[in-house]
Amino acid sequence: MTIIKMTAAQVARKLIEKQPLFILDVRNTDAYDDWKIEGHNFEYLNIPYFDLLDGVEEIIPKLPTDKDVLVVCAKEGSSVMVAEMVAEAGRDVFYLEGGMKSWSSYLEPIKVGDLTDGGEMYQFVRLGKGCLSYMVISEGEAAIIDAVRFTEVFTNFAKEKNVEIKHVFDTHLHADHISGGRHIAEATGATYYLPPKDAEEVVFDYTPLEDGLTVKVGASQIEVGALYSPGHTIGSTSFIVDSKYLLTGDILFIDSIGRPDLAGLAEDWVGDLRETLYRRYRELVEDLIVLPAHFMIIEELNEDGTVAKRLGDLFAENHGLNIESEEEFRHTVTDNLPPQPNAYQQIRQVNMGKITPDNEEQTEMEIGPNRCAVR
Amino acid sequence: MSIKADVQLDCKGLACPMPIVKTKKAMNDVEDGQILEVQATDKGSIADLKAWSDSVGHQYIGTKEEDGVLLHYIRKSGDDHNVEQKYENTITNEELIDRATNGGIILDVREEAEYAFGHIEGSKSIPMGELENRLEELDKDQEIFVICRTGTRSDLAAQKLAEKGFTKVVNVLPGMSSWNGDLAKKL
Repeated sequence: MTIIKMTAAQVARKLIEKQPLFILDVRNTDAYDDWKIEGHNFEYLNIPYFDLLDGVEEIIPKLPTDKDVLVVCAKEGSSVMVAEMVAEAGRDVFYLEGGMKSWSSYLEPIKVGDLTDGGEMYQFVRLGKGCLSYMVISEGEAAIIDAVRFTEVFTNFAKEKNVEIKHVFDTHLHADHISGGRHIAEATGATYYLPPKDAEEVVFDYTPLEDGLTVKVGASQIEVGALYSPGHTIGSTSFIVDSKYLLTGDILFIDSIGRPDLAGLAEDWVGDLRETLYRRYRELVEDLIVLPAHFMIIEELNEDGTVAKRLGDLFAENHGLNIESEEEFRHTVTDNLPPQPNAYQQIRQVNMGKITPDNEEQTEMEIGPNRCAVR
Repeated sequence: MSIKADVQLDCKGLACPMPIVKTKKAMNDVEDGQILEVQATDKGSIADLKAWSDSVGHQYIGTKEEDGVLLHYIRKSGDDHNVEQKYENTITNEELIDRATNGGIILDVREEAEYAFGHIEGSKSIPMGELENRLEELDKDQEIFVICRTGTRSDLAAQKLAEKGFTKVVNVLPGMSSWNGDLAKKL
């Protein structure tokens, strides 16, 4: 029977539309346990490709005939080999083009909502890694917040929308993924902003992102305002866009809160995190829609695939915003933290401009889930 | 420095799954207990060769990087459990250090590659297969504590030494596979 290629974009559609899919993941068990393609209606079978070298007869009965079967591996090669064997055994089968590498890189741009006078807010959902980037568009101009390293996705999207990228922000110095902000700014002539307290070691020029800084986007002057909100890092800064959206960076997520330890200073920053979540954010309008820089689990996705929720709802529902005792809060965010993201120290070095790995090396560094949160 | 291997396999430039496919095939021509060196450039080969070796019962010894090439060392089968040990004079891993510091010598009879990736500091390496020809390196008056991975090769080595007139020979059980102390490397 036949082998058909499935792209990361097609898998993303299946995920967002909650379609069923059977994933035969042929990576080794450690890699699979650490990180896989999550989906509401996805089923899984993990058998390393090297256990299938002598044949796939034993697994054929385990593969359903009433839904698509997708073979997945790290880079594609092994999934093609296994898919060929499955097809030879008489089944139709798909393989994931580019493997988990391409899944980790894929960005799905989704419109979150409208802004004043025809402006638009877009969220770029990196489903495989849980990173969220944003583009604010208004009458010929755009601002980008927390861009991931696939810069062409953003520059091409801006071209398509016929807008000029004027401002590029990073809410903080990222530790889980490589920022594309500086390179987008270099390519487009936009201004690149970074919180100075996170930027003490960076080796390139940037514009300081200070509390209260405001930029206007487009003729309708949509306001993007900075709010100093430390805790994940000492420089972490949030944005309020058009009095409607609160971009929280890695401070507040839908079902979790930021972890304070990725720059090695958990004990020092836990107080800042508490202050931001329990005082600064409390002073904001509850109808703001929170747009975080990450999601951790697919349950955080809305029906349309976006990751967004009203601030007031988070005050009510997010466990991390409902820990009364400071002592307990301190324990929650400093004890029993999840493992740190893959290569997070190297990634920080890259984002400071201290090392410049090639594309292949950057891909390796970013393998795995993002792990920026405490639940 | 290079590590001695019985068979070498060039998988440089090959992407997954080829390094494993070729390794599996090459293993057919390797004898039990021999060392295969797999040269690869695909980074994924580290985790996969280790997991594959475990799943089929070969002993993954270790990987070192040399000029951008990953050198993986695997010992075929390597499963020498469940063989009855015949040499009677034995001690446990735990007793070894106390005893050996009183003038004894620890003789590691595993293959050179196994020794290279982790051995007891100060131990002497003579692979089992070379022992007969290197007896003159050993002192008959000294206590000799023979160790391998699981106690099987060291049992044979102890018997061999006894045959050749060494009287102060002790087999260390269970051996390096459950050694909890520090390890020295020679890579």
